[in-house]
Amino acid sequence: MSNILIFDSTLRDGNHAVHHELNNKQIAVYAAAADTAEIPIVVVGHGNGLGASSLQVGESLINDMEMIETARAKLKKSKLGVFILPGFGTIKKNLKNAINAGVEVVCVSSHCTEADITQRHIEYVSEREKEVYGNLMMTHMVSKEILLEESLKMQSFGANGIILMDSAGAYLPKDVIEKITFLVTELKIPVGFHGHNNLGMAITNSILAVEAGATILDACARGFGAGAGNAQIEVLVAVLEKMGYTTGIDLYKMLDASDVAEKELIKVIPNIKPISIVSGLAGVFSGFAKHVERISLQYGIDSRDVFFELGRRKAVAGQEDLIVEVAVNLADKRIAVEKKC
Amino acid sequence: MTGSKQIFKRLKVAILGSGNIGTDLLVKIQRSPLLSCTHFIGRRLNSPGMEKAKSLGAEVSAQGIQEILNNPEDCDLIFDATSASDHVYHWPLLDMLGKMVIDMTPSKIGQMVVPAISLKDNINNIKEFRNLNMISCGGQASIPLAHTLTQIEREIEYIEVVSSISSRSAGPGTRINIDEYIDNTEEGLKLFSGCKKVKVILILNPAQPCIDMQTTVSAKVKNPNMEKVKEAIAEIINKIRLYVPGYEIVVPPVYENNRIVIMVRVKGLGDYLPSYAGNLDIINCAAIVTAEEYAKNLMLVSDNPNKEIEYV
Repeated sequence: MSNILIFDSTLRDGNHAVHHELNNKQIAVYAAAADTAEIPIVVVGHGNGLGASSLQVGESLINDMEMIETARAKLKKSKLGVFILPGFGTIKKNLKNAINAGVEVVCVSSHCTEADITQRHIEYVSEREKEVYGNLMMTHMVSKEILLEESLKMQSFGANGIILMDSAGAYLPKDVIEKITFLVTELKIPVGFHGHNNLGMAITNSILAVEAGATILDACARGFGAGAGNAQIEVLVAVLEKMGYTTGIDLYKMLDASDVAEKELIKVIPNIKPISIVSGLAGVFSGFAKHVERISLQYGIDSRDVFFELGRRKAVAGQEDLIVEVAVNLADKRIAVEKKC
Repeated sequence: MTGSKQIFKRLKVAILGSGNIGTDLLVKIQRSPLLSCTHFIGRRLNSPGMEKAKSLGAEVSAQGIQEILNNPEDCDLIFDATSASDHVYHWPLLDMLGKMVIDMTPSKIGQMVVPAISLKDNINNIKEFRNLNMISCGGQASIPLAHTLTQIEREIEYIEVVSSISSRSAGPGTRINIDEYIDNTEEGLKLFSGCKKVKVILILNPAQPCIDMQTTVSAKVKNPNMEKVKEAIAEIINKIRLYVPGYEIVVPPVYENNRIVIMVRVKGLGDYLPSYAGNLDIINCAAIVTAEEYAKNLMLVSDNPNKEIEYV
């Protein structure tokens, strides 16, 4: 059976779940545990990646470089990874410093139809002989043909692999099988999957991806991530092992690392709350959840209405400012209705 | 009246770059009473922009900057709508010819101009500069708002600008220059607002039907005078609308989570691309009004305001 390359995004996607407030001590202790478990790649940073700390998507407690340096000091066997979304982070302000600080793997990400904005960032990493992966976000929104077209661009820029992100937790099994199978057949480079758990499908979908030929999976300890959380890494490693796949990860140490995550990092273990189910159904980026809850409360409107309206307007990741507009509109409509009554 | 007309020759301009920006500029210039496009210059005669220019009867060339170097007398002002890296190469050549340049790229070379601020009273503020930089679409949409906020609230610690544009309106030049867009817009924001800590974010949204350009300005500030803010923002919006008719407020200033939030939408005039491409419109309208002011300043030192003016 083949080897599956595991990305651990606990210290990146998990940041969404705690308003991007992971501190140095937390990063150090989990990075050390992940390294002991020999997880191949440990990704660290703001939930939306380098340079994303902002009012728009949430401010980090500590800056990117501190997070990188803290993790760097603890990782001996595991490679240090970061995530960057062009439009938020730039080469000059962010990527250059990150690589100089010892980052070995970069996930360059874009909305699933916009891969050409990743060209210079992928090329930059590739020219510096670091590993670079092309991550396509919100991939439930488009067909397998469009995903291929965008993946081919990233492949031509020099990406070492393509990771399809189910950023809204909206994938059903047939979507995974169809899209992964198609990309695995058509691309020269490895294909991966990043699953969210809004509809309770994260582990199932990840395993289906592997069975369809994916060789990269991205997951988090205890599923620590935005909204309903991600595929739970310790479960994934265990299931893969049972199925006969290798990951190079020490299962016992992985289980220990996940305990460290629960004890040191996680305030509330991700579970599928009604709001996350709605977010998955509406096909809205899971990272919106905390903002939607806060703003809906402030404007006295039903957060579920906000999610469905955002879905109708096809909001993409990073477009959190739309939440205020939608909330203001819904609140105005409600006032108008109340006046009529 | 003696019946003698004061005759003004339109300012001769050339457009370098036949992408979305360049082509949309051409359509707008053809409407201007003060400007006349003598050359529309690209690299491929069969590109969509070139085809459009030919259909509009423009003088087209596929020679790039060489066209201007070969015919330096044919234009007084050049709009450079290529890319930041191309402008770095173009500017010294145009400078040697002594030409006036309006740079549409985020090259960071020229003097940054936002008409609602820079041309507030007259053109004197920018008259001495021969390379004017139009910053970016997001910069043109947000900087007047940020500038206005800092005029009222002196203690703004941080300003953030997020623009969402339709994917269809972002051509290859915009896409390859996404880092420069951020860099240049941040610099413009700092320059005009005086705020040291700023951040700019750009989001491309592929939704169909295409979304209109939308820009959100957030400013972190304690206890703002929201009445004054609302009043001043309404005023500056009217000023911008004088040259960008599709500029409108979506969410008037609200104070939320220790920040002032203002959201505007820019609908385009639908000249080259449909009206969703407000990002093209706002930077191009800003460039046109700047060029027109420059043209007026060159030609219109009229001693008799009653004289009838004829543009040729």
